[in-house]
Amino acid sequence: MNNSMELKFSALSENEGFARAAVAGFCLHLNPSIDELTDIKTAVSEAVTNCVVHAYPNSCGNIVIKVELFDDTIHIEIRDYGVGIKDLKKARTPFFTTKPLEERSGMGFTVMESFMDSLDIQNAKDCGLIVKMSKTIKQAESNIRQLG
Amino acid sequence: MDIKYRNYNNVLYVMLDGELDEHSAKETSKTLDDVFMSTLSKQIILDLSEMKFMDSTGIGVLIGRYKKMKSKGVSIFISNPSYHAEKIFKLTGLYEIMPKIS
Repeated sequence: MNNSMELKFSALSENEGFARAAVAGFCLHLNPSIDELTDIKTAVSEAVTNCVVHAYPNSCGNIVIKVELFDDTIHIEIRDYGVGIKDLKKARTPFFTTKPLEERSGMGFTVMESFMDSLDIQNAKDCGLIVKMSKTIKQAESNIRQLG
Repeated sequence: MDIKYRNYNNVLYVMLDGELDEHSAKETSKTLDDVFMSTLSKQIILDLSEMKFMDSTGIGVLIGRYKKMKSKGVSIFISNPSYHAEKIFKLTGLYEIMPKIS
């Protein structure tokens, strides 16, 4: 089964719940377990939070999420058109944050990395950041049940 | 985020009901600070059985509360985390500063 969707919305914190619920809803096509679905919701929430907090320091831009389902693997791309990240290696270090005075854990990328199967972060050629994640659904729940 | 609390046997029990993310973080931090500061208890137990969602922003909120209460000699414990909250707690080492109790 190959299927895709695209979502564009303002980089506002009130859209976080909507974004993770929309992606999770689309992923239901692959019959993920509750745990797999929560992994995906958490990873999406982390990426969207990064866009909301860091991408647009002086304005409010957009976030675009693309989700593609190839066989039993979910590919998620979350991008913004903001300032990007200068030092990507440093940004991926656990507990690193550019806003130490704001009670931030600095664990966003670490959570994405451990909850998904793959994580790729790149600055876009024009502007902004592109985060790509994937996860293969392991045990698609069968609709066939033996009775008795 | 809906926050309920009660003092019992010199322990402050606080229940978090809702989603803890960037959107709810500020308000949740403020409410928790108000509740925590109003107690004379030296032990606080956070009941997370009704917390529907949490990401790493929630860790920032909890560490921030830990730092504030540590200076007052108050310990905070975690109770009934969901499978997923537990996964984030273990990943970030939160249990080292806020131990889990059953």
